[in-house]
Amino acid sequence: MSAALLARSAAMLGILTILTGALYPLMVTGLARLFFPGQAAGSLIVRQGRAVGSELVGQAFASPGYFWGRPSATPGGPYNAASSAGSNLGPTNPALAAAVGERVRALRAADPGNPARVPVDLVTASASGLDPHISPAAALYQARRVARARGLDEERVRALVNAELTERTLGLLGERRVNVLKLNLALDGLGPLPGRP
Amino acid sequence: MYRVAGIDPSEDMGWRMYAEAVLAFNLLGMLAVYALQRLQAVLPLNPSGLPGVAPEIAFNTAVSFATNTNWQSYGGETTMSYFTQMLALTVQNFVSAATGMVVLVALIRGFIRRQSDGVGNFWQDLVRSTLHILLPLSTAMALALVWQGTPQTFADAARIETIEPLRLPAGHSEPRQTIALGPVASQVAIKQLGTNGGGFYNVNSAHPLECPTPLADFLQALAILLIPAALCFTLGEMARAPRQGAVLFASMVVLLVPALVATTVAEQAGNPLLASLGVDQAASSLSGGGNMEGKEVRFGVAGSARWAVATTAASNGSVNSMHDSFTPLGGLVPMWMMQLGEVVFGGVGSGLYGMLAFAILAVFVSGLMVGRTPEYLGKKIEAYEMKMAALIVLVPPALVLTGTALACATSAGRAGASNPGPHGFSEILYAFSSCGNNNGSAFAGLSAGSPFYAFALGVAMLASRYWLIVPVLAIAGSMARKKRVPVTSGTLRTDTPLFVVILAATVFLVGALTFVPALALGPVAEHVDALQHLR
Repeated sequence: MSAALLARSAAMLGILTILTGALYPLMVTGLARLFFPGQAAGSLIVRQGRAVGSELVGQAFASPGYFWGRPSATPGGPYNAASSAGSNLGPTNPALAAAVGERVRALRAADPGNPARVPVDLVTASASGLDPHISPAAALYQARRVARARGLDEERVRALVNAELTERTLGLLGERRVNVLKLNLALDGLGPLPGRP
Repeated sequence: MYRVAGIDPSEDMGWRMYAEAVLAFNLLGMLAVYALQRLQAVLPLNPSGLPGVAPEIAFNTAVSFATNTNWQSYGGETTMSYFTQMLALTVQNFVSAATGMVVLVALIRGFIRRQSDGVGNFWQDLVRSTLHILLPLSTAMALALVWQGTPQTFADAARIETIEPLRLPAGHSEPRQTIALGPVASQVAIKQLGTNGGGFYNVNSAHPLECPTPLADFLQALAILLIPAALCFTLGEMARAPRQGAVLFASMVVLLVPALVATTVAEQAGNPLLASLGVDQAASSLSGGGNMEGKEVRFGVAGSARWAVATTAASNGSVNSMHDSFTPLGGLVPMWMMQLGEVVFGGVGSGLYGMLAFAILAVFVSGLMVGRTPEYLGKKIEAYEMKMAALIVLVPPALVLTGTALACATSAGRAGASNPGPHGFSEILYAFSSCGNNNGSAFAGLSAGSPFYAFALGVAMLASRYWLIVPVLAIAGSMARKKRVPVTSGTLRTDTPLFVVILAATVFLVGALTFVPALALGPVAEHVDALQHLR
């Protein structure tokens, strides 16, 4: 390889780096801020002047009076949005069946006597550890527990789930789903969680 | 622009000179990516104050991005500064894809030129591919993604107070959530269009900010296949033989569709080991059901399976679900799509030049069977081209199988697998299939950041990229010098449905014969094992 060739390569790499590595992201950032400022900044939900979360990123909920999201395998605790991760457990790994069994028991213990089988998304870890959604079945499964903990009529809670339901895009793409954070914010809109200010 | 670099874009390069330019440009790109990663702590645009990247990870990543593999041995949001993401990784996303395209274009010129010494000008091809094709498409794609919710900002991570404080062990609690942000959309757009696949975040397009909605998912999956599919028709156009391009496209579709069906069916069936635990995996109007470990609700099984096959058929390697948690047979298909040599659409440019090597093999084999001189696109195929095509077809499987064997024979290799039993073997086989074919997707349980894997997989990526590019360009040079042979009634036609079957069967047979034993030890053994547990 001659020195002249290397010099040309370096010059070309420099020019293309400026164009695709600096100007291109800067241009996209400028246009994004102009046309879609909310999305460009992370789709944050603001309540009373402070951000309470991102519409697109799930949060951990553990009280019986809130809907729970999917299990999360992020390091340092669930729903760590600074370090996304899945469980990467193989389908036949005994650790997977053990974890799922444990989650089923916890859900049953929180809502004794619920006869329904547990929807699969409620007991399996999401790919990102930040999944903001659960299936409508997973939300309805929890409606009885949430209603009792809040002293609400179960039908009212089920109606809220149905109101927060997102349909498939164009009736075709993706799955029907419920955003857990938005659903819980709507719940809090009905009245505060008992035992909390 | 050419003047600044001291380049004459009208110079027609011979294949050796063209190859030298490809290698020199890629070598410098690799060094730049390595240097930027090592130095990122003292460079700007590092709001989280990330330290310099460790040497073995920096080497692996430099090779990975320059070779259009984009294997991730690191977690994006916890390792790379915004500066590194943009000026090192995004740049290589563009130019490594452009490299694939220019090598393909040189090969096509080899077929259409007559008695010529040159195969084109590398610099002009590079600049045109980057600035005329990739840049405008990426800009439009990036804006569409921001519209759907992908962030694009230079601000630091958002720190918000959650609705309910997170309860941690030992009575601690964490009232805040830190949401990693950055110039995400601009990188994700080119990562898909350039069949690169290296994500901004650790979990790639499974991250709800990297791929926020089913529509974003559809657009990204489309972008994965867009250019590799379109290049088939570029060939038809350049060779003034549209049917030849259509035949190549059809052969790819014939191999893709059954894979798509197989993965979807396997994943929708769910995990039999969970059924006895009281878990409902059936699909209904209220739940997508299926094997949901490592999948996102907004994509479901159908969206995840479609992506898994598209990303491994094309040598993209981005993921929207965790392939490691797929059912044994659902995970077998993506692995095998890579093992076919990344020719079912494949990488930008590289997929089609790989497929053309298979086409040369196919006309040679069928020529032998019917006793005719093999010809392709009006050029005679002789011993030299056959040797080069054989290299292109055989180097990747050799890398995959020897790499896997080496990993299984050493304790450093075995220590990397995170799941027990045959699934652990599948993780290793998947990693070498991915890097030995420049795909970049992973059974992500493997500790890819360990020095052994960072180095071994780095070598596999290097060899499978450049050990193929050089023979491809050699074929281009040798073809360009040849005369055109007229089509006669004795010519074996390569623009007919029959040739679609011959070509697809050649790819299928080479892939099956090479990899069935290894697949039997991994996913097939795991599947049989799972069935036995149920009895």
